[in-house]
Amino acid sequence: MEFRVRLAQITPTLGDVEANLERHLEIIGDAESADIDLVVFPEMSLCGYHVRDLAAEVALVDGSPQLGALAAATTKTSAVVGYVAESLSYELHVAAGYFDTGNLLHVHHKIYLPTYGMFDEQRYFANGHHVRAFDARLAPMGMLICEDVWHPSNPYILAHDGAQVIVVIANSPARGPRDGSWDTAEAYEAMLRTYAELFGCYVIFVNRVGYEEGIHFWGGSRVIAPSGAEAARAPLGEEALVDATIDLEQVRLARIATPLLADENLDLTIRELKRIRDERA
Amino acid sequence: MSALDIDCPLVEQTLCGFINEEIGKFGVGKAVFGMSGGIDSTVSAYLAARALGPENVLGIIMPYKLSNPESQAHAELAAVDLGIETLVVDITPMIDAYFEVFPDADNSRRGNKMARERMTILYDHSARLGAMVLGTSNKTEILLGYTTIWGDMASAINPIGDLYKTQLWQLARHLNVPAPIIDKKPSADLWEGQTDEGELGFTYEDVDKVFYELIDRRRKVDEIVADGFDRAFVEKAYRMVRDSQYKRRMPLIAKLSHRSMDRDFRYSRDWGR
Repeated sequence: MEFRVRLAQITPTLGDVEANLERHLEIIGDAESADIDLVVFPEMSLCGYHVRDLAAEVALVDGSPQLGALAAATTKTSAVVGYVAESLSYELHVAAGYFDTGNLLHVHHKIYLPTYGMFDEQRYFANGHHVRAFDARLAPMGMLICEDVWHPSNPYILAHDGAQVIVVIANSPARGPRDGSWDTAEAYEAMLRTYAELFGCYVIFVNRVGYEEGIHFWGGSRVIAPSGAEAARAPLGEEALVDATIDLEQVRLARIATPLLADENLDLTIRELKRIRDERA
Repeated sequence: MSALDIDCPLVEQTLCGFINEEIGKFGVGKAVFGMSGGIDSTVSAYLAARALGPENVLGIIMPYKLSNPESQAHAELAAVDLGIETLVVDITPMIDAYFEVFPDADNSRRGNKMARERMTILYDHSARLGAMVLGTSNKTEILLGYTTIWGDMASAINPIGDLYKTQLWQLARHLNVPAPIIDKKPSADLWEGQTDEGELGFTYEDVDKVFYELIDRRRKVDEIVADGFDRAFVEKAYRMVRDSQYKRRMPLIAKLSHRSMDRDFRYSRDWGR
């Protein structure tokens, strides 16, 4: 099966959910007209990154009119949207919502909230506790948010849980300008390609662009096939809508040619991880 | 290749984008800045003219009677090269009127007063034109505290504050800044024959290398000394950073309520932008 994905590499307005929502609906509408099956927006695409004390103000609860509007707009074209989710116990999570056939089908809460160097996320948000693959209309999928992907356990779990497409949404700041790119961009490139090849899956990566608080987000959104080949790439540092075709047959071919997932010794991994955990306790 | 080498085209593109977006977000398309004829303000001028268009920037030249005439000539040379408008505001009458009352003031007080006089002129023209004040301090001088708090450090946005002096030289060459501006000895131009490096007692080239290890790589003084740097020099640089930290922070506000500015009232500057 093949489907078409559109990478929406945009610059959200900080703290203005209504303005950002309007832009999302417009982009989803255009994608539907262009027969695109899935639109992927960056992390916190509905609110911007440095929300700080605005976190509670921009947070959306299940059943909110904003999430309802996105669900209503995705009866044909699916969408991955980044926002702040407020749980029933009033925890605030950095969330990725997968809107499919008119429903909010699956929500991933960011597990790893960087709170070091330039980052301050743990101060404002609560950690997610689950990483799960899910069956979307288009493919078995998994979603991760930015720092989540720096922990290889996450894509490992998603691949073994059945994901054939891993969607990574990010707000990655540009640091270290070198040889026409950024140190951060180079690190992502290496990681994402490694995951695509090791886990025999497609990786869809969408990073925002623009400037917030003097920080530049580098964009460079891309789709990487299970072979490690790039199926599409958005430019560095500017807004762009870039389309790519996902061919799930490539997942089958890669996993038959190199059956790494099938050969994986899950029992050994679990046994050793348990031992490590027990020894630390 | 040195660790301090930067990718000039990408840095130019990023800093022009920074100027454009961080100014544009506030519904403003114009910038105003002081032009001293030195490399820092000249590089800021080149970036601003490229980002916003030469017609949308104003360089204000603010000499004092003791300023080296070469400084103004260099500022004008750059302005002509860029095709930007300049305005000359002589600060001698204001400065002299003030120090007539305090004739015993030393060079340091006089220099600080001049820097703050220039700041008030920039902010006045910022209001006149609906333009934002662009900062022109570099990372080396900000770290050293070799700047005047609320004077040349005051600005709305600063495109070059994360570039060391030696990196600015690289960027200046890439931007085709006129050679005399790049090649001359950096000077605050507060008195005749003053040079930064003479006053500081070390070169920018050396202190940038130490800062790269100390700040960017988070290494310790002892480790840097073991690399071959002079201990007294590294310790002096470290001390200058520590002792000028107050200049890089907003004033302390005494906490009384449950929500005080920037402690537990934390919003981004770009809120709603």
